[in-house]
Amino acid sequence: MTKQIVFIIILVLTIVVFAYSFLRILRFFKLTKGKFKIDHLGKRIGITLNVAFFQSKIFRKPIIGFLHALVFWGFCVILFGSIEMVIDGISGSERSLSSLGVIYDIFMASGDIFALLIAIAILVFLFRRVFMKIKRFQGAELKKKSKQDANLALSIIFLLMVSLLGMNSAYLALVSDQYVGIYPISTFLAPLISANDPTTLHIIHETNWWVHIGLVFLFANILPYSKHFHVFMSIPNVFLSRLEPLGKIRTMESIKKEVELMMDPNAAFAAPAENEEETIERFGVMDAEDTDWKNYLDSLTCTQCGRCTSVCPANQTGKKLSPRKVFVDLRARMKEKGPELLKNKDYNDQKSLLRDYIAEEELWACTTCNACAKECPLNINHPSLIVDMRRYLVLEESAAPAELNAVFTNIENNGAPWQFSPEDRILWTQDLYMNEKPTK
Amino acid sequence: MENNKQKVTVPVMASLMAEGKKPDFLWWVGSAGAFDDRYKKVSQAFAKILTYLDINYAILGTEESSSGDVARRAGNEMLFQMQALTNIELLKAYEIKKIITCDPHVYNTFKHEYPDFGAEFEVIHHSQFLLDLINKGKLIPGKLFSGKTITYHDPCYLGRINDIYDEPRKVISSTGGKLIEMVRNRSFALCCGAGGGQMFKEAEKGDKEVFIERIEDVLSVNPDIIATACPYCMVMMTDGLKYKNKEENKQVKDLAELIAESLEL
Repeated sequence: MTKQIVFIIILVLTIVVFAYSFLRILRFFKLTKGKFKIDHLGKRIGITLNVAFFQSKIFRKPIIGFLHALVFWGFCVILFGSIEMVIDGISGSERSLSSLGVIYDIFMASGDIFALLIAIAILVFLFRRVFMKIKRFQGAELKKKSKQDANLALSIIFLLMVSLLGMNSAYLALVSDQYVGIYPISTFLAPLISANDPTTLHIIHETNWWVHIGLVFLFANILPYSKHFHVFMSIPNVFLSRLEPLGKIRTMESIKKEVELMMDPNAAFAAPAENEEETIERFGVMDAEDTDWKNYLDSLTCTQCGRCTSVCPANQTGKKLSPRKVFVDLRARMKEKGPELLKNKDYNDQKSLLRDYIAEEELWACTTCNACAKECPLNINHPSLIVDMRRYLVLEESAAPAELNAVFTNIENNGAPWQFSPEDRILWTQDLYMNEKPTK
Repeated sequence: MENNKQKVTVPVMASLMAEGKKPDFLWWVGSAGAFDDRYKKVSQAFAKILTYLDINYAILGTEESSSGDVARRAGNEMLFQMQALTNIELLKAYEIKKIITCDPHVYNTFKHEYPDFGAEFEVIHHSQFLLDLINKGKLIPGKLFSGKTITYHDPCYLGRINDIYDEPRKVISSTGGKLIEMVRNRSFALCCGAGGGQMFKEAEKGDKEVFIERIEDVLSVNPDIIATACPYCMVMMTDGLKYKNKEENKQVKDLAELIAESLEL
């Protein structure tokens, strides 16, 4: 009974603290722009199955991607066991879901195998992070905290797996005289537990049980403050993926209105005057609150794996642009400005995402090749945000590099990025000769 | 081999309209196709192929204008939208239904971005167009490039962004050349460095230019010919060869040039 009460108190505490952290982040979405609409449900479910559950994009790096997929699939299976542990903890029962029979056995058996596989994968990940100098784990945007975050999360996951195997092994040793299901790994570990008397075995089992569930609760509450928030955000983010083709840049409706007025004089008279109360919005993105809600969701989802940056042509050739940094910066800026902005919508700290976080030099280095977006295992779309920030620079400040301003002028004046007369567009066709058609 | 020369006449939409004729396709030449010295040769090669095949097509000629792709990606949405609306209006006035282009950026913008402004055109890239004719047996390329190795540099806006990977490769193989792949190919291909407005400006500070990084990929497989299918890629690959002093024994060619040469046009 005491165990139940203690467990319920810890559980409630976990949920309350988590809900607090989660809602604190969620309220920032109020500040973001864009309509939230879930359409094309079938397509979204397809993408979620493919990209999230089958981990299709992570396999673009086949070996390390496979290890990640194992961890993900393992988590899905082991989650079943964690749910059981919560039920057991509340009700004081033991292995309460075992009445599910074969299904239960399958979950437990695969969970037991996955625990070992995940533990091995995590050791590989830790080794890569601590001992190998892997380029995509470096970068100006990766502060000491990001690296500590990663190592802490990996260590917790490792301990979760060790305690799971410890729990299963002690359980098997405890009930060695009866059939309790198949535990392919723990079967080999159980005999290694030297204790024989049921009391000691029981203590070992209980300790592992508490360590495991305690770590689950602790982990859940660290996540909202870490880049590993990814664990919660990635599936929703994939489900809410941008569905437009990769190469489509979204049309700015605000500009469309203006252009239509400019090009159609009749529309100018027809324009209703009562719209004047409309708040004058800023063109493009200068600060966190100008971004689309999906940009911000992307930033919460990013776990800073750096696949985007590792394939970026600008980054590979030593330029300052790092697509990962753009989203790390957005999340940090929202965390800084968001709380103040919620209190006072005119809050101004004389800083902005543009320039104080992301330099113009970074934005202008992008070739819009979309390698980053193609690579991101969670369908984060970097070019859309980069172009939106360029839009602010061009439309609000006319602050494009001089050569690009010349391109704009040329297109306006003579319909080509170069300074050639439209009359000359046909020059290439003059005096053009070919060998006479051979008889077909 | 004293071949008789035939003048290539490129039909212009306005004249065709005046004569009451309608083309099957409108060929959007693009600004690079009309103005870039190197890339003009691609336009000429493609014009020869169209003439050779008796295709009923037209270009806009002096009425053509920038698609606005560069303006949009460089952040000038206002200019892009004005270009889009003007272009669409003109194309609709000519009752154009099908557009063919050699430029993946034009292809992408027309196909995915113009529909927001009322465009309803079918857009075809010349790699698709050429392969279709080859498959139908209407175009039988000569095997001029037998014994040559050809590597293909995937343009971002054709490959990664529009999933057109196989068509250009099949067109290349049809000329008898042996296709060899770089390590980074298809969706993993490295950008040439010219998209998103980069073509027209100095690169930001860094260790090297993107086109040099890419030409090193190219040279690591040591091809006789570098094939590509985009005006920007053409310029960047050509510059890369010059930078590496390899322009003597290696050439960059567009798909249209490979086909035109294989037909000895």
